[in-house]
Amino acid sequence: MTMNNKTRGDYFLGLCLIILIFLLYRSGFFTVEAWQNFVDHFYQNFIEKDRYMMLVKGLRSTIFMTLFATLIGVAVGIILSVIRVAHAGGIHIPVLNALADCYIAVLRGTPAMVQLLIWNFTIFASARDLNKMYIAILAFGLNSGAYVAEIFRGGIEAIDRGQMEAARSLGLSYGKSMRLVILPQAIRNVVPMLFNEFIVLLKETSVAGYIGIDDLTRAGQNIQALTMEHSQPLIMVAIIYLLIVMFLSYLVRRLEKYLSRSRRG
Amino acid sequence: MIIEVENLKKSFGELNVLNGITTGINKGERIAVIGPSGSGKSTFLRCINRMEEPTSGVIKFNGEDITSESCDINLIRRRVGMVFQHFYLFPHLTVRQNITLAPVQLNIMNQKEADEKAKYLLNRVGLADKLNEWPDKLSGGQKQRVAIARAMAMNPEVLLFDEPTSALDPEMIGEVLDVMKELADSGMTMYLVTHEMGFAKEVADRILFIDHGIISEEGTPSEVFDNPKQPRTIEFLSKVLRR
Repeated sequence: MTMNNKTRGDYFLGLCLIILIFLLYRSGFFTVEAWQNFVDHFYQNFIEKDRYMMLVKGLRSTIFMTLFATLIGVAVGIILSVIRVAHAGGIHIPVLNALADCYIAVLRGTPAMVQLLIWNFTIFASARDLNKMYIAILAFGLNSGAYVAEIFRGGIEAIDRGQMEAARSLGLSYGKSMRLVILPQAIRNVVPMLFNEFIVLLKETSVAGYIGIDDLTRAGQNIQALTMEHSQPLIMVAIIYLLIVMFLSYLVRRLEKYLSRSRRG
Repeated sequence: MIIEVENLKKSFGELNVLNGITTGINKGERIAVIGPSGSGKSTFLRCINRMEEPTSGVIKFNGEDITSESCDINLIRRRVGMVFQHFYLFPHLTVRQNITLAPVQLNIMNQKEADEKAKYLLNRVGLADKLNEWPDKLSGGQKQRVAIARAMAMNPEVLLFDEPTSALDPEMIGEVLDVMKELADSGMTMYLVTHEMGFAKEVADRILFIDHGIISEEGTPSEVFDNPKQPRTIEFLSKVLRR
């Protein structure tokens, strides 16, 4: 009897597992001391002196920063996308359109971290009393706006041209038609993508520590500095990011399903 | 005359769609525009409320040149309703909101007056029970009847119908034509681009036959349908009436 591919794969996996266990055993992974060591470190890193609170506070900063940056991003994105769509649709605003194009090119064409550093060390260099958090929210929000603008442009262009024509045929101005008829439909179309933008920003803000904000990532590093232990704090930080991102991604999928179902009616 | 069109021309780049159309419509008149596909009849209609910008020529609404720079086209469009082939109801608004959006936003009525108007109009098009329904839940014929009610909510002086039954399933055409017939009988001024020759013959006072961007024949329904003079008209009618 010949073995099929599935059984052969199972054997191969089993063999790998046995080798792994053997190697871990040789390195002392299963000794009582090794586990005692792990537990000791864990206690030092997270329990002792309530150090886990550093992570909680860091997480709070990260979420706060991400939330408000997303709000700024959505506001800026809507404005930019409407300018570009209106210009393409025959409304005469060449200067505004050129500015919007320029904004999007520059903010998408440079790293977010460089932008953050420029905001902090150049533009707001003399504003020493300004809360760093505001600078970070502004930097990440304006950066996000350039990406959200493209999301919205796609959302607006996906709306049937006839919707604009029907609104205009009733005597509504271009602006009112856009605001009352086109944007509500476009926003509904792009809500899942805006949640994705939130997820992207959540990870992007991990560089905020460079301007001295104790966000989640920086909190992990702070614990490292106190306990001189190098792997556990950062792995814990990574696990927290991962759990949040996985949870939000799950919500986005649910939302997409809900929206597509209710749209079909 | 409510609308006067003089030597209207429209090109899309190299393509000349309208090659000089001169015509007009009187108050209470019903004009059906017929012709082959691509003849420019929809473009002609869409120029009247400047959904398309005319390349040259003059269009006057109650004596005012609506192609001039100084004309506020939004004010003209309040008086000239349009019904589209594909309805274009606003899917994020209920039937009632579809009808009341423009009159309320343009401060012509308050919400309460507009709601009353919506009820009255829905009753007129036979959809009184659909007041708070979503457009997605309606059939094609129902959507088009709501679209007609939406256009009527502005109390327009003229209604432009751009192939209003062409996107409908055959069994729904009748209900929309009935509503349009009722509008016509009530004295509404109407321009109707259509392929429904029977309806055009029954309802219209005058038929325009447009071919290659010009009016190649016009007259009363009996003149055009029973006694066509131009060879192109004869050929077209023989094709569409054979069915």
